[in-house]
Amino acid sequence: MTEKIIIAGFGGQGVMLLGKVLAEAAMREGRFVTWFPAYGAEVRGGTAHCMVIISDQEIGSPYIGQADTLIALNGPSLEKFKSRLEAKGLLILNSSLARAGLDKGLKAVEHPFTEIASGLGNIRVANMIALGAFLSLKNIVGLESVEKVISDIAPEDKKGLIAINQKALREGARLNG
Amino acid sequence: MSNKILISGNEAMAEGAIQAGCAFYAGYPITPQNEIPAYMASRMPEAGGVFIQAESELAAINMVFGASAAGVRAMTSSSGPGISLKQEGISYLAGAELPAVIVNVMRGGPGLGNIAPSQADYFQATRSGGHGDYHCLVLAPASVQEAYDLMPLAFELADKYRSPAIVLADGVLGQMMEPLVTSPRHKVTKSPEKPWALTGCKDRPANIVKSFYIREGDLERFNLLLQKKYKAIQDKEARYEGLNLEDAGVILVAYGTMARIAKSGMLKLRQKGKRAGLIRPITLWPFPQKVFQRLTVHGKQYTKRIIFLVVEMSYGQMVEDVKLAVDGRAKVEFLGRSGGGIPTENDVIKAVSRLIR
Repeated sequence: MTEKIIIAGFGGQGVMLLGKVLAEAAMREGRFVTWFPAYGAEVRGGTAHCMVIISDQEIGSPYIGQADTLIALNGPSLEKFKSRLEAKGLLILNSSLARAGLDKGLKAVEHPFTEIASGLGNIRVANMIALGAFLSLKNIVGLESVEKVISDIAPEDKKGLIAINQKALREGARLNG
Repeated sequence: MSNKILISGNEAMAEGAIQAGCAFYAGYPITPQNEIPAYMASRMPEAGGVFIQAESELAAINMVFGASAAGVRAMTSSSGPGISLKQEGISYLAGAELPAVIVNVMRGGPGLGNIAPSQADYFQATRSGGHGDYHCLVLAPASVQEAYDLMPLAFELADKYRSPAIVLADGVLGQMMEPLVTSPRHKVTKSPEKPWALTGCKDRPANIVKSFYIREGDLERFNLLLQKKYKAIQDKEARYEGLNLEDAGVILVAYGTMARIAKSGMLKLRQKGKRAGLIRPITLWPFPQKVFQRLTVHGKQYTKRIIFLVVEMSYGQMVEDVKLAVDGRAKVEFLGRSGGGIPTENDVIKAVSRLIR
C-alpha cells in the first residue's frame, strides 16, 4: 500500500497542519511516512501546499509527481494541481470556494467544508473536516489515531481548540454516508 | 529509551548536533536551512550552549573558528551562496587544524540561484572549496534518521582528525519530515581532551593556533603532515551502503536524496528481474573507492560487464570520482538534472533499462 496525497489551499487554511496530523497519525500506526512542504516564495492569497506519502514500504522520493488523492481547499489549488492527479485519482474538494469541472474518470467528492466549519463555530477547522471526509473514503489511518494526534500536538495555548478540531474531524467523516 | 517523532531533516541535524555535545552555533539565515538556526535558537540555551545569529556568513564562520580554537564543539550551517562566503574561514580552519562541523543544505546555483533542492555543491565540498591544498570530511545523509545519526559522527571525525567536516544535505532532506528515532544509533563520543586549545596558559606553555608558516620550508613540512592525515582518513573513514551488488549488471551510484529515488527505482527493476544494484556513498570525501575497485578488478567473472550509472541532481560532479575509482575498467554513464530539476524514479528505471538490454 502506498498513498500519495497532495493537500493544497490558501495560506492560512491549515493545509500544512492537515498534512502533519495525517502523517503523524500514520507514523504512529507503524507506517512509513514523508511530509514535504512547499517552501518557496509563497505569496499571500496564493496557494500553499504539502505532499504526504504513506506506505508499507520505505519511501524513495517525498516529492509527488502524480497523486492518488488531491485535497483542494480553494479554486487556485484545484487549477494548479488537478493535472497532477492519477487517472483514477480521488479529488476532495471544498465546494465553498471551488467548483470541480473535471475530466471524466476522476472521482470527485465535493462538500462545502468552509460553510460546515462556520456552522460548527470556527471557520478554521475546515481542514479537519476535509481530513475526516478523506479518511472515510480511504481507510488508511484510524480516526482515533488522528484524534489522539490532534490532542497531543496542540501547544499549551491552543488546548482549548482540541475539542472543536476533533468534532470537525468526526463531522467530516460522516459526510460521505 | 527510544522515542519516535515526526521531524524535518533540518531539525534532526540540529538536534543531532546537540546530542553530540555541540556547544556553539553561529549562523546567518538562508533558505532552505532556516529551521536549523531556528531550532538552535530555542534549544541551545536549554542545552547549555551558545547560539548566535551572526551579522554575516563571514562573521559566523569566524566565530566558529574562535569557539573551536577555545576547544568546544562548534558548528555553522548555510546553503550554497552562504557556504561560498564561508570558504575563507573553512580554509583557515583546515590550515589551523581546527575541528568544526559545517552543514550545507544545498539549493540551486550558480549565483543566488533558487531555493529548490540541488546537489550542485559536490565539487565545492569535496575539492576543498577554499584556497590551499586541503580537504574537508564530507558526509551525505539520505534520510531524516541519517541526518540525525551523522551529526555525532561528523563531530567525532572532526575532532579525531582536527579537520572541518561538512554535512552535505539538500533542500528535500532539509525540508521533509520523516519519523526519527531519537536514541542515537551512533554511540556519541564525548569531546576528547584538546591539549592544543586556547584555554588560558597559566602554569603551562602558551598554545598557538595559526595557519601562517612564513619561514622557508615550514609550510611544505606542514602540508606534508596534512597529506599524511588525509591519507589516514582515506584509508580508514570511507563509508558507503551497497545493495544487490554481487550479481548486478548495472550499478546505480547516488547519494543523499537522489539515492532514495535511485533505490526505489532499483527495487522496482529487481521486481521485474532486472539485475540492478546501488552504491550509496555516505562519505563523499573520502570517496569509497575500494568498493568500485573490488567490483572491477581483472580476473573476476563480472569484470567489464558492469555498467555504473551515476545519478545526481547536478550535471555531473560525483561522476568524476566514480570514473577515477573505476579507472577505465568499466563503463560509467550519467543521468542528472540541475537548477531544481530532480531525476524521477521513472527516469532512473528507463535509463537502466536502456543500458541493461
